[in-house]
Amino acid sequence: MSIETFLQTLVFGLFTGGIYGVAAMGLALVFGVLKMLNIAHGELVMLGGYVSFWVFSAFGMDPFVSLAIVIPALFILGLILDRTVYRHIVRLLGEEKIKNSLLVSFGLTLVLQNLAQWLFTADERSIQVAYAGDGLNVFGVLMPYTRLGTLLVALAVTLALNYFLRKTYPGKAILATAEDFEAAELAGINIHRVYMMTFALGAALASIAGTFVTVTYGLSPSIGIIWTLKALIVIVLAGTGSILGAFPAGILLGVVEALSGTFIDPSYREVVGLVIFILVLIVRPQGLFVRNG
Amino acid sequence: MTKFLDIQGVNAAYGDIQTLWDVSLHVNEGEMVGLIGPNGAGKTTLMRLIAGLHKPMSGSVQLADASLHMLPAYEIVKRGVILVPEGRRLFGGLTVLENLELGAYTRRAREARFKTLERVFELFPILAERQKQLANTMSGGQQQMLAIGRAIMGLPKLLMLDEPSLGLAPLIVENIFEIIKLMNDQGVTIFLVEQNARKALELAHRAYILEQGRVVGTGAGKELLGNDEVRQAYLGFAPAAGK
Repeated sequence: MSIETFLQTLVFGLFTGGIYGVAAMGLALVFGVLKMLNIAHGELVMLGGYVSFWVFSAFGMDPFVSLAIVIPALFILGLILDRTVYRHIVRLLGEEKIKNSLLVSFGLTLVLQNLAQWLFTADERSIQVAYAGDGLNVFGVLMPYTRLGTLLVALAVTLALNYFLRKTYPGKAILATAEDFEAAELAGINIHRVYMMTFALGAALASIAGTFVTVTYGLSPSIGIIWTLKALIVIVLAGTGSILGAFPAGILLGVVEALSGTFIDPSYREVVGLVIFILVLIVRPQGLFVRNG
Repeated sequence: MTKFLDIQGVNAAYGDIQTLWDVSLHVNEGEMVGLIGPNGAGKTTLMRLIAGLHKPMSGSVQLADASLHMLPAYEIVKRGVILVPEGRRLFGGLTVLENLELGAYTRRAREARFKTLERVFELFPILAERQKQLANTMSGGQQQMLAIGRAIMGLPKLLMLDEPSLGLAPLIVENIFEIIKLMNDQGVTIFLVEQNARKALELAHRAYILEQGRVVGTGAGKELLGNDEVRQAYLGFAPAAGK
């Protein structure tokens, strides 16, 4: 087993982990602020992927450029879903809220998945850009430009989200609502507006992950649930409530999966991820990347 | 004096249990009014109701010309009614400075936030020293100071405090009441719920007594301090012998 194999595996783990991280930050944001689990998060990843795919097929627009269309499109879809569906759930309290959010978002998962199948067929799609085969070769380690692009965009998105949440008033209003929604109301924050914007932001993050999936893997109407599950594992690793911690946790999961796939057995990829998930729940249930630990 | 806050015939319930019965009271502009009563009397419910976290079944809450009972909480804050809630309710995972900044969320307060922040740091120097500290790692007294500081950041016209002295050391309680008095002297109207009835009655111009969701007494603070029933019920005096 060579050092190149190890490094190559590590690098691909990082690439995959970056996608996990972005998908998971969206789910963590919605979970942390609205206190509901959106099972349909993966469907938003899938729909974001399709928007990216159709913009590419129709106009030949580079998927990294078309993010400027994909992100607003899913942001608006997020606003619509919040207004029509989720705002009725977010008003509920405690256990009733989490149960209803699971039921409703699971239902929405089926609706969106079937809608996608009807609109886009079940065929697997992907975006083949002109530079798909090209990349950097650093000491024998291959880094395709598409993969490198996804990781760089993922990093930029994480930094931008961090800046937005910590440094701007609308961002701080989101963090405050996540901490204590009544105290946020008493500070003069319109929390229903915060809920709406947060949900839309979660959808926008999902669409970025969806674009990455379309560029680097493939897209079909049924991929949603896989991404919901990955994102769920990642937010438990990060610690539920840790929004930005989801990014390093995503990277960690990506790397661990890649290494176990190469050095144990490809079929154990998923298993090792889940074993870590269970270990973290047993040993450190508050999560690995909690800010106020 | 004009009535600043005017509550008329308010009935309210938590679930199936009615907690306020036909409550009417008012607070004049510039006044400090206390609200005392045993646990479970509905004091906190009344405070939450004024702040807009809880809606009445009937009755009205007027602030000058605005009907507060028709407004969501954030609109009430915009009108300068700010509640320091029971148990402080800080943003525990955020820093002292972030908590204070969030106190100045409304546009009116945000424009003045740097000036107000200086003022809060003058009132509570410890908050200036601990700006970067996470709120939930501070002591109870410091947290209460932060809760009051956060409320001041919102430029209150009516400052409501729900049990500000609960669980705090006597020295800190003194300090906090001094600040409340100072705020009132500077023109902020104060509405105060206190389990420390003696302290509340000494400070307040007037007070109301709430029992089982009903207003059962009212009067000037000093007057109530001398009232036998009040002394027995809330100030721990035994009934005078032979009476």
